[in-house]
Amino acid sequence: MSAPAGSPHPAAGARMPPKLGGAASGLAPPQQNGPAPSQMQVPSGYGLPHQNYMAPSGHYSQGPGKMTSLPLDNQCDNYYSRPYTVPTQNVGTPSSANQPGAQQMYGRGPPASHMGGSTPGSIQGALASASHPYTSASQPYSSFGNRYSSPATYSASSSASQGYPSTCSHYPVSTVSNVVYPNVSYPSLPASEPYGQMFTSQSAPSARPVNDSYSGPSTAVTYPSRPPPPPSQHHHQQQQSHSGYSSVPWSAPGLPPAQDNLIRNQMGSLAPANNRPSNNENVQPPKSSSIVSTVLPGPSSTRMPPAPSHPVGPLPSAPPTPEQMQTKVRFPGPSHAGCGKWRLNRDPGLWGTCIGRMRERPPEKFAIKGMQYGDYVNNQASSTPTPLSSASDDEEEEDEDEEAGVDSSSTTSSASPLPNSYDALEGGSYPDMHSSSASSPAPDRASEPNSTLAQALSAAPAPTAPHPTKVAKPFGYGYPTLQPAYQNAAPPPSSGGGHPSGPGYSGYPQHYPGVNQLSSGLGGLSLQSSPQPESLRPVNLTQEKNILPPTPIWAPIPNLSAELSKLNCSPDSFRCTLTNIPQTQALLNKAKLPLGLLLHPFRDLTQLPVITSNTIVRCRSCRTYINPFVSFIDQRRWKCNLCYRVNDVPEEFLYNPLTRSYGEPHKRPEVQNSTVEFIASSDYMLRPPQPAVYLFVLDVSHNAVEAGYLSVLCQSLLDNLDKLPGDSRTRIGFMTFDSTIHFYNLQEGLSQPQMLIVSDIDDVFLPTPDSLLVNLHESKELIKDLLNALPNMFINTRETHSALGPALQAAFKLMSPTGGRVSVFQTQLPSLGAGLLQSREDPNQRSSTKVVHHLGPATDFYKKLALDCSGQQTAVDLFLLSSQYSDLASLACMSKYSAGCIFYYPSFHSTHNPSQAEKLQKDLKRYLTRKIGFEAVMRIRCTKGLSMHTFHGNFFVRSTDLLSLANINPDAGFAVQLLIEESLTDTSLVCFQTALLYTSSKGERRIRVHTLCLPVVSSLADVYAGVDVQAAICLLANMAVDRSVSSSLSDARDALVNAVVDPLSAYSSVVSSVPRSTLTAPSSLKLLPLYVLALLKQKAFRTGTSTRLDDRVYAMCQMKSQPLVHLMKMIHPNLYRIDRLTDEGAIHVNDRVVPQPSLQKLSAEKLTREGAFLMDCGSVFYIWIGKGCDNNFIENVLGYPDFAAVPPKMTHLPELDTLSSERTRSFITWLRDNRPLSPVLHMVKDESPAKTEFFQHLIEDRTEAAFSYYEFLIHIQQQICK
Amino acid sequence: MEAVVFLFSLLDCCALIFLSVYFIITLSDLECDYINARSCCSKLNKWVIPELIGHTIVTVLMLVSLHWFIFLLNLPVATWNIYRFIMVPSGNMGVFDPTEIHNRGQLKSHMKEAMIKLGFYLLCFFMYLYSMILALIND
Repeated sequence: MSAPAGSPHPAAGARMPPKLGGAASGLAPPQQNGPAPSQMQVPSGYGLPHQNYMAPSGHYSQGPGKMTSLPLDNQCDNYYSRPYTVPTQNVGTPSSANQPGAQQMYGRGPPASHMGGSTPGSIQGALASASHPYTSASQPYSSFGNRYSSPATYSASSSASQGYPSTCSHYPVSTVSNVVYPNVSYPSLPASEPYGQMFTSQSAPSARPVNDSYSGPSTAVTYPSRPPPPPSQHHHQQQQSHSGYSSVPWSAPGLPPAQDNLIRNQMGSLAPANNRPSNNENVQPPKSSSIVSTVLPGPSSTRMPPAPSHPVGPLPSAPPTPEQMQTKVRFPGPSHAGCGKWRLNRDPGLWGTCIGRMRERPPEKFAIKGMQYGDYVNNQASSTPTPLSSASDDEEEEDEDEEAGVDSSSTTSSASPLPNSYDALEGGSYPDMHSSSASSPAPDRASEPNSTLAQALSAAPAPTAPHPTKVAKPFGYGYPTLQPAYQNAAPPPSSGGGHPSGPGYSGYPQHYPGVNQLSSGLGGLSLQSSPQPESLRPVNLTQEKNILPPTPIWAPIPNLSAELSKLNCSPDSFRCTLTNIPQTQALLNKAKLPLGLLLHPFRDLTQLPVITSNTIVRCRSCRTYINPFVSFIDQRRWKCNLCYRVNDVPEEFLYNPLTRSYGEPHKRPEVQNSTVEFIASSDYMLRPPQPAVYLFVLDVSHNAVEAGYLSVLCQSLLDNLDKLPGDSRTRIGFMTFDSTIHFYNLQEGLSQPQMLIVSDIDDVFLPTPDSLLVNLHESKELIKDLLNALPNMFINTRETHSALGPALQAAFKLMSPTGGRVSVFQTQLPSLGAGLLQSREDPNQRSSTKVVHHLGPATDFYKKLALDCSGQQTAVDLFLLSSQYSDLASLACMSKYSAGCIFYYPSFHSTHNPSQAEKLQKDLKRYLTRKIGFEAVMRIRCTKGLSMHTFHGNFFVRSTDLLSLANINPDAGFAVQLLIEESLTDTSLVCFQTALLYTSSKGERRIRVHTLCLPVVSSLADVYAGVDVQAAICLLANMAVDRSVSSSLSDARDALVNAVVDPLSAYSSVVSSVPRSTLTAPSSLKLLPLYVLALLKQKAFRTGTSTRLDDRVYAMCQMKSQPLVHLMKMIHPNLYRIDRLTDEGAIHVNDRVVPQPSLQKLSAEKLTREGAFLMDCGSVFYIWIGKGCDNNFIENVLGYPDFAAVPPKMTHLPELDTLSSERTRSFITWLRDNRPLSPVLHMVKDESPAKTEFFQHLIEDRTEAAFSYYEFLIHIQQQICK
Repeated sequence: MEAVVFLFSLLDCCALIFLSVYFIITLSDLECDYINARSCCSKLNKWVIPELIGHTIVTVLMLVSLHWFIFLLNLPVATWNIYRFIMVPSGNMGVFDPTEIHNRGQLKSHMKEAMIKLGFYLLCFFMYLYSMILALIND
């Protein structure tokens, strides 16, 4: 470590070159993209992340040996070949065609334009050229290619090509970094260049060409330098060791993604030791130890390693390192984001100039210079490559995130070993490095390594060599100028929207970008996002006819400086009810608004920086993770933004793997992204990460068989058996129960599944100690046999009893050694053994307006069981498919406190109720394939002065701020209520941080961290201006559920009404100058009465309308556990008129035109008999067709000649080849794409009996038992005037 | 005789004081994150009934021995203890429920309650001590 420290300064300069490498890395990403076509497609902004995602698949595949299978390999080949062929100068031509992804990447980056359309290709070419120098490396690549087929390798290769030909960009990079270090003295020139290149590469294609040229020259230079072989070797070793250090830092920041990829790919090949250990996160290729020592840069080494084999002994080692590097570093997401941001920020001018200079220099001159500057050049070259690799790393990292699985784990493990080796290596080499860096020696070393690489590369692609020389000079010039720009540039906040569940990643990414862009675009338009003046504009509620805006409402943007708000967490993951936090509790009390957070922490993201680091930087007193809102006092110290403690910046953290620069801790991905994911070390494990374990507990009593859910479930399972998240250790088991409990022995080797019956339900035991939970892959045939047989096994059963309690106890015993997920399917009231329940519902009281009883559990059996399960890291998910009262209030406890989820299908029947069956099938598909995290805990921290007092969601609160989540799924939402304990007068910003520590389905321990920053205000008007009304309503819903259970439903309803009355009355008396006789609200609160009315009419809280107790309880469970986006649709559905869709205002998503009809208010007055309307209730779509609906619509969209011919139970729109049909379907598809559970479509004909289902959602209308919206306003006004 | 009554009350009160201190320590352990909610609640729930019985016995003893003032002093606390025990919802695991103790400031209110009881028992302790000595002297 110390070595790295020493290196830092010089390294800084040296590292700068790495930035060039970064540019290269940018290129590299494309390569990665290349592998994954889908990534390529990904929108430019998000492209990187997507790519990453895509990559993940690759990684996964790689994990084991699948790597080869990946498309990437092919691409890689292409890449390699191209780079080689094209080599240096033709950056664009070669690769562009093949690697669209790369192009895209660049395109974004390079706003600059140089390359323009061709850019991608050009870039690649550039990279290729870079690689050429390393031709030797390239050859190795090919070899690697086989090994690594995965995308990651690609990236690596690309990076390698750019920076260091050798192993791959990553490795080269690392080497470069090393070189840099030694060169330290060089820094100014090279560094500058690197930066420039880096940026350029990222920002503009043009830059890349430069890079290419650079790389070329550098390589050339390196060759010359080589002449001193003997010394060089020594140097190499030393350097390598140095580089190892440096690389570590480097790789950590910039390279990480590439490294990761590389690492994964190369892991085996590389010697992990070098990179990983010492380096922070990124560089850590543990395995390559032997190799590592030489190439340290590890990153580059990964690819190189093969190359090394050729000539230089040391070099070979280097290649491995790169791999290591890659593995360790996983910042794909961030880096991408960073790139994007940079591009935006950077002045094209600067870049242009830099580039121009670079280009101007003739290659020949470069060559000469290269000779002269050999050392420098090498350094630069090395640096440049690194950046590229870094970029690739970034992408890779993203991939890893999703994959999260095999590769990462391996990397992490490897990382730890490496450090040790590192230290040893570093210790020796360090001093030399520094000195050398400053003086010529360093260059020599650099050159040597390069040369070695070059030699290796040369074997394959000779062409690259010339280019390198050019590079060196440009760097020198560019550096100074570039730097400022660099600093200025702030990374753009990454927005995430994707929900890739396991399989569908590729598709998602594409969609999302569009959506995100749209949302951001709309955000600007929305009322709430505008500054205070608008949000404070008084609105006379009783006179404002159209209170609902025509476009969807977006979260208000906190009133922060542009820089901070760019860094802030996405409102989709993290929202606060007040975006302006009041200074004191007194002020909050005056405002009478609820203060709390709404979290969706495990949301499917399209872009997520993943960081692998030896040390995760956290505050020493409050354990907060370092985040974008901390302040750096100087390079060595940072001040925690939650507790204000001053902490030291660890050595590794000074190296930025993204930019390959040193000494810029504020540019690390952790500090540039408010949502990041860390790969956790063994410090974060209490036991080895558990495998994915799934147990299905199925009700097979007469009632269940009659309902026929077994066939749906078994078919779903058969279809998705291969898509269950997990790795090679995944285990699965089945139990069925009626009045007895049946176990299934699925041990591999049996000819058929063996059923074991336990009839002693008073004292349940497991019939065999093992073989009830079996390895999914080993026993797949038996499992399939069982699933095929199950639906018919109990078809003649006469058993009507259900011993759910004992079955759950048995399930708990079965699961307790490992933990995992238990899915319980129940169809009736448990009637035997422990946990038996009695019917508590009095059907005559369903529409009572007075008291609703039995909202709480009848017994503590299920709660205790859930807590036991939670303690053993087991979550229980409940699927209740019941036609009668089943006491969900009691049963739900098993899921509520074990962090499970609850699905309820009232009156389910597979044939009589096909829409429910379809819903079950779709839900199951999502449920089985969505991402899952095991043995998770979530901690929420907030700035000193604030405290949390109540949590909502499905979990067990283990200690004051620690939520124990046996499982976490992407559809789980949480809410927290806050209290202002101490005055916040001495701070202008408050921050909230959630850290979710979980084990991925691939057995990898990860920490996902979200950080939200909000301003503090002292005036009541500002508090009102910052209300996030949707978040507030969701928090109110959660609080009302609690109140209904602990007190009574009428109490909760009164509290909800008061929640409107109080703030409006406080507003009119304190803030507004409007007379009290009118009901006015600030614009930010104008929807509050509407939403509260919607809540009061929601199944959970309504009175007077007949509501089954289970329906009510289920609605309450949903409110507690749904994330905001889904909850809002449930509370206030969106209504669109769809019979006259036009392209006006339409958006384009994936080459599809999606019409954007305006929102209609939920009132029958908007329904005309001549129209057709779509209501989006979140989990259900209704299409209401008026009696006088245009026949054109019925014919063109529904496919029937007239209204009378439309069947009453339509659930699908036919695919007709008409414009209006196309528009309608594309609109509905677009709505569906935005949510995890595919909603079921119901066609509701006017005057059909089903229309009550539809009309109950028209919450602005008067019903027998409830106010209309206008009446509600009058009621509120009366309350205020009291 | 009177001395015996107060001696018994004194001993009972000592036990109650220790119990209150135990409650406070356990709750503050939970507050400081030294133990988890589950074990905290199972520890405390064990002692809810002994406390209730211990206090009710003294209260009844005072009624039987016709010490009206002390009886009336104890009555509200005894009533609260019983009320609290009876009003536990059927789904909860006792007066202290691990799933709710961190919600809505319950931990703080439990803590406050334990503190108030501690003060009350200390007061009673000295009262019984005084009464006992008085009774002994009178004898």
